[in-house]
Amino acid sequence: MKHTLSVLVENRPGVLTRIAGLFARRGFNINSLAVGETEDPEVSRMTIVVDGEDERIIEQVTKQLNKLVDVIKLNDITQDEFVDRELIMIKVCCDSSNRAEIIQIVDIFRARIVDMGRNTVIIEATGDGGKVSAIETSLKPFGIKELVRTGKVALVRGAKNRHNE
Amino acid sequence: MTEVRKVGDSMKAKTLTGAEILIRALKEEGVEVIFGYPGGQVLHIYDALYNEKQIKHVLTRHEQGAAHAADGYARATDKPGVVLATSGPGATNLVTGIATAYMDSVPMVAITGQVACNMIGKDSFQEADITGITQPITKYSYLVKDVRDLARVIHEAFHIASTGRPGPVLVDIPKDVAVSSTEFVYPPEFDLPGYKYIYNGVTAKLTQVVEAIKKAEKPLIYAGGGIKASRAHAELLEFAERINAPVTTTMMGKGAFPDDHPLALGMPGMHGTSYANYSLSECDLLIGLGVRFDDRVTGRIDAFAPNAKVVHIDIDPAEVGKNVQIDIPLVGDVRKILTSLLKQVTAKQHKPWLDTVYQWRREYPLKYCTTTDVIKPQFVIEEIYKATNGEAFVTTETGQHQMWAAQYYKCKYPRQFMSSGGLGTMGYGFPAALGVQMAYPESIVFDIAGDGSIQMNSQELATAVHYQLPVNIAILNNNFLGMVRQWQDLFLDKRYSHTRLEGNPDFVKLAQAYGAEGLRVERPEDVRSAIEQAIKSPKPFVLDFVVEEEENVFPMVPPGGSLNKMLGGSD
Amino acid sequence: MASTITGAQALVKILEAEGVKQVFGYPGGAVLPIYDALLDSEIEHVLVRHEQGSVHMANGYARTSGQVGVCMATSGPGATNLVTGIATAYMDSVPVVIITGQVATSMVGTDAFQEVDITGITIPITKHNYLVKETKDIPRIMKEAFHIARSGRPGPVLVDIPKDVASDICIAEPSDKVELRGYKPNYKGHPQQIERALKMINQSQKPVIYVGGGVINSRATEQLLEFAEKAQIPVTTTLMGLGSFPENHKLSLRMLGLHGTPFANYAVTQADLLIGLGVRFDDRVTGAIEKFAPQAKIIHIDIDPAEIGKNVGVDVPIVGDLRLVLIDLISKLEPQEHSEWLEQIRRWKAEHPLQYGQGGKLRPQYVMEKLGELTNHNALVTSDVGQHQMWAAQYYAFERPRGFLTSGGLGTMGYGFPAAIGAQMADRDALVVAVTGDGSFQMAMQEMGTAVEQDLPIKIMLFNNNCLALVRQLQHFYCDKRYTAVNFTGNPDFAKFAECYNAVGLKIETPEQVEPVLKEALNNGKLTIIEVKISEEELVLPMVPNARGLDEMVEFPYGEE
Repeated sequence: MKHTLSVLVENRPGVLTRIAGLFARRGFNINSLAVGETEDPEVSRMTIVVDGEDERIIEQVTKQLNKLVDVIKLNDITQDEFVDRELIMIKVCCDSSNRAEIIQIVDIFRARIVDMGRNTVIIEATGDGGKVSAIETSLKPFGIKELVRTGKVALVRGAKNRHNE
Repeated sequence: MTEVRKVGDSMKAKTLTGAEILIRALKEEGVEVIFGYPGGQVLHIYDALYNEKQIKHVLTRHEQGAAHAADGYARATDKPGVVLATSGPGATNLVTGIATAYMDSVPMVAITGQVACNMIGKDSFQEADITGITQPITKYSYLVKDVRDLARVIHEAFHIASTGRPGPVLVDIPKDVAVSSTEFVYPPEFDLPGYKYIYNGVTAKLTQVVEAIKKAEKPLIYAGGGIKASRAHAELLEFAERINAPVTTTMMGKGAFPDDHPLALGMPGMHGTSYANYSLSECDLLIGLGVRFDDRVTGRIDAFAPNAKVVHIDIDPAEVGKNVQIDIPLVGDVRKILTSLLKQVTAKQHKPWLDTVYQWRREYPLKYCTTTDVIKPQFVIEEIYKATNGEAFVTTETGQHQMWAAQYYKCKYPRQFMSSGGLGTMGYGFPAALGVQMAYPESIVFDIAGDGSIQMNSQELATAVHYQLPVNIAILNNNFLGMVRQWQDLFLDKRYSHTRLEGNPDFVKLAQAYGAEGLRVERPEDVRSAIEQAIKSPKPFVLDFVVEEEENVFPMVPPGGSLNKMLGGSD
Repeated sequence: MASTITGAQALVKILEAEGVKQVFGYPGGAVLPIYDALLDSEIEHVLVRHEQGSVHMANGYARTSGQVGVCMATSGPGATNLVTGIATAYMDSVPVVIITGQVATSMVGTDAFQEVDITGITIPITKHNYLVKETKDIPRIMKEAFHIARSGRPGPVLVDIPKDVASDICIAEPSDKVELRGYKPNYKGHPQQIERALKMINQSQKPVIYVGGGVINSRATEQLLEFAEKAQIPVTTTLMGLGSFPENHKLSLRMLGLHGTPFANYAVTQADLLIGLGVRFDDRVTGAIEKFAPQAKIIHIDIDPAEIGKNVGVDVPIVGDLRLVLIDLISKLEPQEHSEWLEQIRRWKAEHPLQYGQGGKLRPQYVMEKLGELTNHNALVTSDVGQHQMWAAQYYAFERPRGFLTSGGLGTMGYGFPAAIGAQMADRDALVVAVTGDGSFQMAMQEMGTAVEQDLPIKIMLFNNNCLALVRQLQHFYCDKRYTAVNFTGNPDFAKFAECYNAVGLKIETPEQVEPVLKEALNNGKLTIIEVKISEEELVLPMVPNARGLDEMVEFPYGEE
């Protein structure tokens, strides 16, 4: 089962190294990691998705992360109600013969075409992991030239915020 | 050579254990000597070395010594040095040696044991995250989690260590990987899409260099360790003579161009010769070959070679333009590029320029005050130079003695002088000398040391005795951490804070406690005969030269100063 | 009370304010400003001979005094030479603050002379580390460094200070408060968990207390004694916990684990309740984890939540400071008796004592026993790593906390002698004995110069078998006696070696010499090497073979003995 960890950290150089290094040295696997500033410029939020069948491993991951002085707060939000999004950009082979079909798929997924070249288009889509994977699958037959995903970002629903969660 | 093993069930099929694969792979890579120290997690790797005839294992007394010895061996032989240590403290004890090799681009493969895969990350006994620790100081590092990857990883490790800009590569092998088995195929296939070097240089840039040389009236070649790494010393000699340009060599480049050649200006930089530094300040074309424009060479960057068009030829694109703005950057193998250049450049004469340079050399030579009652450290180096006809291998530690060795021991050959240039590691020289002597048992090897530095790894005297390595250690003993004291003297009002060494051992008795030989030398007239006695001795020999305590290394460019403003350079 | 001073001076002021009396270090280019400032301070500086020695000394100092140890080195090789010592302190949770010089901020990242990314290198082996980029941050960061090093689960903290940051002028605001929103150790145990623990203790018939270094760190040894006596529960200690419970006490089971006593290992295997106090359930203690304490419920009390449940499942976890939790437990606990269980343990002790070969040979175990007797089990003993370490742990019989300093987690050869120097610097009146082997001693032997300079009358008890005998022992058991790269030819004559430093060198070669030579050494008031010549064939027994349970030990007699 995948776990989603929402981690508030000090926004300082080297923090990412400390966290990535911890995963490497303790033998934990990161599925994805996304990081950016929060409403407080001194604090960054990381959304880390961890693969872990064994609950004890997840427990170790969270405890070890919590020990880092630069980690301010950590929540395993897997069981909470949360909204998660991921952004994907896909560069697909495209010519006049299949353009209409591609545009149709883009519409269905409420994605957007953000760039159009002679033989390619770049499509941008946002959504949860399922949607993002689905659009990737749908576009595969046209020939994916390049692809980039941001990794998941997530926030817990409702009144909870980082000061009281 | 066929493997005959009775023990273990690994021979049932054509499979080998990880430990056996490692040793076989090392042999395939042509490894003859490894320096190491056993322990629990490398038990099975050592077991695979039992009765091994093709690879000689040298047991040191501290893993740091093993790493430096492998480094010295690599620098002397031009082959990757190999060091083997156990997990935890064994691995962490290599860190300084690996960092030393990294800063000086020395090809080295460091093999460490690790706790079994299922114990990793649990703070197990003698567990250390050595791949994480060494990440900033290795060219690459591997943690091998599957025995099927091992042969490929070893092959890649040697490839990465010795190609492009050489450097240390670490391979961490968990105990369970060493004992599990798989088929052995060598050389294995490998593909490193993220690892590519440009060797030949861009033609258009080559043409620019040729043009620049044609126009130059005051050219200067500034050569570094890259010449040695790319084996370009013969090409350098031809090139310098062809374009009639003087050559200054960094400490790392020492020997890449013969120090006794008329065009040789010796070392540039903080403790370089006055004439090299003046030449740098006056030249109109500076050709950097396998150099880093290191802070110890350039002094104040904005005053460095102010009148020169700067050409920088180096294998590592990240070095080009890192510290100094480059007019003609040329990324590639120095030897290949010099070969190309030699096809295009025509002979030139620069008599007025060379007259000026030679005038500086006559007016401001390296010098020191000689006395009859106290031994001057520079004098000791000169005498060692004379007594060995400039033919000895010389290693140094770090400190004043290192600078005096670089200044006063003239080198003829590219692999003759080994010193920790980038990291400046005290304790490097003696174990490095052991590595050199292992490679060349018949040669004369001198470690030039200070009384501070030699104590860093003095335990390796036991290794020298154990393997009968007749290394000569010349200690310039001033009872100080002399280089730090010099800075306190010159820049901190002589406030000598904790640089005086009390409690030094009697170095002669120390040597004798090991069954090595030693001699204390207190008078200038005894210096030469003592050196000769050491050279003749078939044993490791410690020469304890009691030298002027507060002698300073001159010339000296004060930190942050420009090269043409030296202390003690012109008077 | 802000004043304008250099960063280095601000640093020294903080050291003084933190009560630092001694700093162990080695100067160099990048720390010149700090050394210059140190010259005007009352703080004593101990000049070492290799930076590795400095951090081990700070470690020995910290473990002896209970205060934070401080060491100092220059950039580049100075810093990298500390790595083993930092990792050693990290694995054993020792509070040390390490100050390193760094090249000037404008040079950082350019591969400058003696530049190394020491904060990057030490991320895996420090509790926290800092690269100071602005002079004004020095007081705050230093304050934080001391706080982090000594609080919660202690550990090493490294502060890397570029040369310009140290020499620049700053307006030093004295920093009194530490505010770290990401670091708040929990000291008070959860009341509900304590209730559950009490209930479990009350129900247990065969309880064992298993004690580690955490008890010493939290200064809970008195509470431990009170707790054990009130509950009548036998106590076994890890290597790191030795001395936290008097080993001659009738409730003591002494050390457990790989080379533990048979009675400790049997007791743990048979126990129905195991109370872990400040321990890690380390692989050297548990043996095969699935066979460890198979019948026991487990209570684990520790300051570090990440240790709980890391290696074994725990029934009652209590996160908190041991001292506070024990005080709580004692106050609520009814006195108990476990006479049947204690009787069983008495029988194990009688039937399976620690044993070694007798006969005419000089036995290291005997020498350690004698040393224990002659020093009333009260000396300050340090050890290196190897067979001698295990013999010291098995046979000295430690009676007091902070009486045994050894590298338990990292297993660092070359720790013992510098640690002894640090210990003796912290306690000038103590009798300090560094138990070592010929392999280990050579890893840090240059520190003889430091001991001589500081005039420290340390006794170095050096077991010499010209061999890396613990590795040899592993080859004996696991490699079919194929002994590879363990023999030391070229060892020095250690007595002569001592003399070249103007120290005393003594030799013990027969059992008869043990007592007189030891007495001479213990009373001569001088730095002394006592070389004890032993056979390379000695084995450390008992020993739990790989992948076996604790009760499947190889005991004496074994093999050719």
